[in-house]
Amino acid sequence: MTDTTGMTEQARVREVGRARTRKEDARLVTGQTTWTDNMSAPGLLHVAILRSPMAHARITRVDATPALEREGVVAVFTGRDLAEGLGSLPCAWQVTEDMVLPDHPPLAVDEVRYVGDPVAVVVARDRYAAADALEDVWVDYEPLPPVMDLEAALADGAPLVHAHKGTNHCYTWPLVSGDYESARAAADIVVRRRHHQQRLIPNAMEPRACMVVPVPATGEYTLYSATQIPHILRIMMALTTGIPEQKLRVVAPDVGGGFGSKLQVYGEDAIMLALARALGQPVKWTESRSESYQAQHHGRGQIQDIELAATSDGRLLGMKADILADMGAYLMIITPGVPLLGAFMYPGIYKMDAYDFHCTGVFTTRTPTDAYRGAGRPEATFAIERTMDELAAELGLDPLELRRRNWIRHEEFPFTTVAGLTYDSGNYAAATDRAVALFGYQDLRAEQRARHANADPVRLGIGISTYTEMCGLAPSRILGSLRYAAGGWEAASIRVLATGKVEVITGTSPHGQGHVTAWSQIAADALGVPFEDVEVMHGDTRVAPQGMDTYGSRSLVVGGIAVHEAALKVVAKARKLAAHLLEASEDDLDFADGVFTVRGSPEASKTIQEIAFAAFAAHDMPEGMEPTLNAEHLVDPENFSYPHGTHLCAVEVDTETGAVAIRSYVCVDDVGRVVNPMIVEGQVHGGVAQGIAQALYEEAVYDEAGNLVSGTMADYLVPAAPDLPDLVTDRTETPSTSNPLGVKGVGEAGTIASTPAVVNAIMDALRPLGVHDVRMPCTPERIWRAVRDAAHDKAENSRKGDAS
Amino acid sequence: MATTPMPRASSARIHVNVDGVDHLDEVEPRLLLIHYLRDRLDRTGTPIGCDTGNCGACTVDLDGVSVKSCQVLAVQADGCRVTTIQGLAGPDGAWHPLQKAFHEQHALQCGYCTPGMIMAARDLLRETPDPTPEQVRDALEGNLCRCTGYQNIVRAVLAAAAELRRQGAPEPRGQAADVPQASGQEAPA
Amino acid sequence: MIPAKFDYARPQSAEEAVQVLAEAGPEAKVLAGGQSLMPMLRLRLSFPELLVDVGGVESLRGVREQGRELIVGAMTTHHDVIRDPRVRMHAGLLAQAAATVADPAVRHRGTLGGSLAHADPAGDLPAVCLALDATMVALGPQGYRSVPAADFFVDYLQTALRSDELLIEIRLPMLGDWGFHYEKFHRTAQAWAVVGVAAAVRRERDGGGIAEARIGLVNMGPRPMRAHLTETALAGADATEEAIGRAATMAAEGAHPPTDLSGSAEYREHLTRVLTRRAVLAATGAAAAGAV
Repeated sequence: MTDTTGMTEQARVREVGRARTRKEDARLVTGQTTWTDNMSAPGLLHVAILRSPMAHARITRVDATPALEREGVVAVFTGRDLAEGLGSLPCAWQVTEDMVLPDHPPLAVDEVRYVGDPVAVVVARDRYAAADALEDVWVDYEPLPPVMDLEAALADGAPLVHAHKGTNHCYTWPLVSGDYESARAAADIVVRRRHHQQRLIPNAMEPRACMVVPVPATGEYTLYSATQIPHILRIMMALTTGIPEQKLRVVAPDVGGGFGSKLQVYGEDAIMLALARALGQPVKWTESRSESYQAQHHGRGQIQDIELAATSDGRLLGMKADILADMGAYLMIITPGVPLLGAFMYPGIYKMDAYDFHCTGVFTTRTPTDAYRGAGRPEATFAIERTMDELAAELGLDPLELRRRNWIRHEEFPFTTVAGLTYDSGNYAAATDRAVALFGYQDLRAEQRARHANADPVRLGIGISTYTEMCGLAPSRILGSLRYAAGGWEAASIRVLATGKVEVITGTSPHGQGHVTAWSQIAADALGVPFEDVEVMHGDTRVAPQGMDTYGSRSLVVGGIAVHEAALKVVAKARKLAAHLLEASEDDLDFADGVFTVRGSPEASKTIQEIAFAAFAAHDMPEGMEPTLNAEHLVDPENFSYPHGTHLCAVEVDTETGAVAIRSYVCVDDVGRVVNPMIVEGQVHGGVAQGIAQALYEEAVYDEAGNLVSGTMADYLVPAAPDLPDLVTDRTETPSTSNPLGVKGVGEAGTIASTPAVVNAIMDALRPLGVHDVRMPCTPERIWRAVRDAAHDKAENSRKGDAS
Repeated sequence: MATTPMPRASSARIHVNVDGVDHLDEVEPRLLLIHYLRDRLDRTGTPIGCDTGNCGACTVDLDGVSVKSCQVLAVQADGCRVTTIQGLAGPDGAWHPLQKAFHEQHALQCGYCTPGMIMAARDLLRETPDPTPEQVRDALEGNLCRCTGYQNIVRAVLAAAAELRRQGAPEPRGQAADVPQASGQEAPA
Repeated sequence: MIPAKFDYARPQSAEEAVQVLAEAGPEAKVLAGGQSLMPMLRLRLSFPELLVDVGGVESLRGVREQGRELIVGAMTTHHDVIRDPRVRMHAGLLAQAAATVADPAVRHRGTLGGSLAHADPAGDLPAVCLALDATMVALGPQGYRSVPAADFFVDYLQTALRSDELLIEIRLPMLGDWGFHYEKFHRTAQAWAVVGVAAAVRRERDGGGIAEARIGLVNMGPRPMRAHLTETALAGADATEEAIGRAATMAAEGAHPPTDLSGSAEYREHLTRVLTRRAVLAATGAAAAGAV
């Protein structure tokens, strides 16, 4: 892991595959950052937002006069004040023809539908004055019934979130393949389980912020926003505010994490643009953490009824999945589509004949849900991997053995699954064998048996998760077929400057993933230039005008490939010019380490830097060639890529208190070819941490009245360093065949894999005690209750047995 | 002394040294130290991550000990020296061993928690120059990171500790950092 | 979030502080280390008109011995309590429990007196001081007043302190030859104790049975409480797992624990019994060895 350039007389070391330390770090470790809240502008005004304290209510009166009379207050706007200039916030995914899509005003006008729904905004000269004035905006609410339970919400006569829509049913989306009923009829065993995917709060460390700087004379606006999606945001803001797209520049400065929470078109972005337009002055809003818990979308929030039909020797015949998905109060950018991203992954890595999936979206009076790390795929993977363990237990098979009997074998790729996806490559046996070896599987099993035999109050459990996921959103034609509004291509352009240095412009929008480093590695290899000579620019629609941004483990697979292909175009152009200048045929030129050489006459050569200058000077160009050495490339992938892996988790469960301690955790991931192993490992670490957090700690808890009870960071348990284990990580490498670099994507893998590994381990520890399920998060109390109830049932049964 | 009425002020004059520079300012008593640093002094290297003192992103050094600057009033820093992430590098711009180690061990991704993490780790290493991995985890319990899962952060702190020991004895502060353990070591008869 | 406006006073002596409190009346609030008050101000759950910052009162900091008592100044930080050799020798339970409070940065600011005056039943230190039979010394316009810990914690976030009184110091009987253990059960490192059990045990001189035990419970009601029935059962009991286990089954008697996000009342009662057994076992082991 050295950091030397590798540019010596010897052959250049390939950059792709090196554990390069990150170019991004220098500013971040010294505090020379540009978080949105760091920014200012002449005449900047500060905005605070008044939010509904009620889950559901009619707004009968808003009186802002007292606030306006406060010192430092410039203006107060209500939903009605802004209604004229602002359209509904967009949902880009009409998943079915008849999907119910309610209006979503950025500021509530007549009705509030969740605690945190914005009601009024105060503009003041400093943030303290703005915060104070919120207390002097008086709103009268007429309470309406909250809608909190997914199943009750669908019942006849249930109170409605959107009364004028006449239903809380948003949509039902089916995916049916093969004949599940026949599979079920033919099965020796059918395992049916209900899983709850609790609501989660993404908790990127940087809360959201946005600032708008207008130029009233020209009608231009620059929106600085803590966002993952500056390009999509620009289009959506143009549509929502009516500001012409060409007059709107969106900048994502340093962004402190996203995990999907900043893959959103938030009302605050639209409100800030409207305020800047109304006041002709720059405005800024920064949310507090507690505000963010209500204002940023949540993740997960599903009830899954899962059925697996199998033969007595453990061969899967079919799977049925009925999903209820909590939309929350409104549909945001891809709210209804999140379960669809999972729909194709419920069969996991397994072969089966029939698959019957239905998902129903339900409105509730809670903060809207949307993408959170994994977005649909963690839910799917949890469902299949948890239920596979249950099936193994019922069949009396080792859960690893059951998986082996059903997974797609290496030689069967490419393999079209029952859900209709074609997995390009994979080697599940190799990853599993490696994980088992690192884990000490058999020794742990022996210890587990010993503890059980001794009735040890601290039990040992082993959890398995053999996952795959689809990465690289996405082939545009597939998105189109799923009725998503946009495509999934990505753009890159490369400029080799007059001095031979390189600028890479990417349409991805990193916020911690290390694209600047990884894209430099890719470009350096393709162009044969030093890593240090490459600068990567992103996240500003004026600098990187085209792009589809960063989410869904797509950036490397789509954006990285675009960089690679753009670099190849640069080389192709340079080759033409080199041939011209060297008076040789293009076919006679070798290109290696940044140098074109005429085959057979090594003294006749040109470096790519020399070619760049020649192209800049443009004194002597081939017929028809344009000056400068630039190229642009847009990639629209043909297929997804399918990383996979095997995660093994050992837990110790204190049956007296219900406490769980992770004793060891092994992950062997196959993410195809790796550009930077250090960055990949970091992604796995962080992903696993978030998955463990879902299994053990986190939940957005609401009370019956619709209040978010876990409303601050003191109540919502984001794990700290002592709460998480050291992971043993390793990789197998099965290149993807979907793209020329053979890369697959890694951003969500850990999160997808780890949650079922942990819960399976807990269940494995407790199953001998008669425990069949514990809901997530598996809190000590839930575990203690499950153990106690099982003991009670056992005693009851043996009493009955004695009596008979 | 206690006989003259105590003044109660709605504003206060404070004198604070931040990263080696003296500042004299008139502030509202309620002004948080972090807002003073960020909004008044433009020392934006230290970010804000929460409102309950949980996340630790805003950790700075106040007169030799780590504090969460969103939980301290600017008036409470009157007469104090504040060191932020922006004041850590040497006069020649050379990074502190922790800054170097965080970079080399890939102990940051988005980097938002990094200033606080580094300041908290620095506090640990002054008291405990040769910590165990467990001590590092415990010392960072007040600093949340959502990207790294902490593993590389622990690795970086241990690497920086080794480097600091190699460079010579770190500045001593206070007593040994070990914390009293349960006094019961053996089970009773 | 940003605190609402308040006035500010920074007295230089305890007398000054009391004077300003007396002048201001009940709308004044004492700022010690800010560990609990600052989040409440930021979330606007507390709106004092006047904040009396006693951070400048040097006489409130530090630890000293007086006769058979250890005296800890109210403004002594957790950080200093944990590291003070006298506390560790004579009131090791306090040092051990203080080390579990919040995190290092908060422990640099948060104070023992602040934690006691805030009287959050989920806080670790009120129950510890209750178990140690501490005495709180307050200064008011009429002078000093001593309040035993048993009378100090009145209700949820309420103490016997009057609005014009300032907590000056905490007097702790020296229990150097007692064994101790603080057993804190929380869901994450940062989370409040679901339940905590602070146990101090004195063994018979011959290292035999248990002579006396004191057990304080965290988060088992609106105020910290003692597990009196268990204490009684332990007095004179054998120092065996069986006897201790039996006594621990009574630990939650008389408790009125809350049901909240981190646990139900029923679970807390169960935990109390388990943790009391563990805490007393640990504390008893030490007493047998006679070491601290």
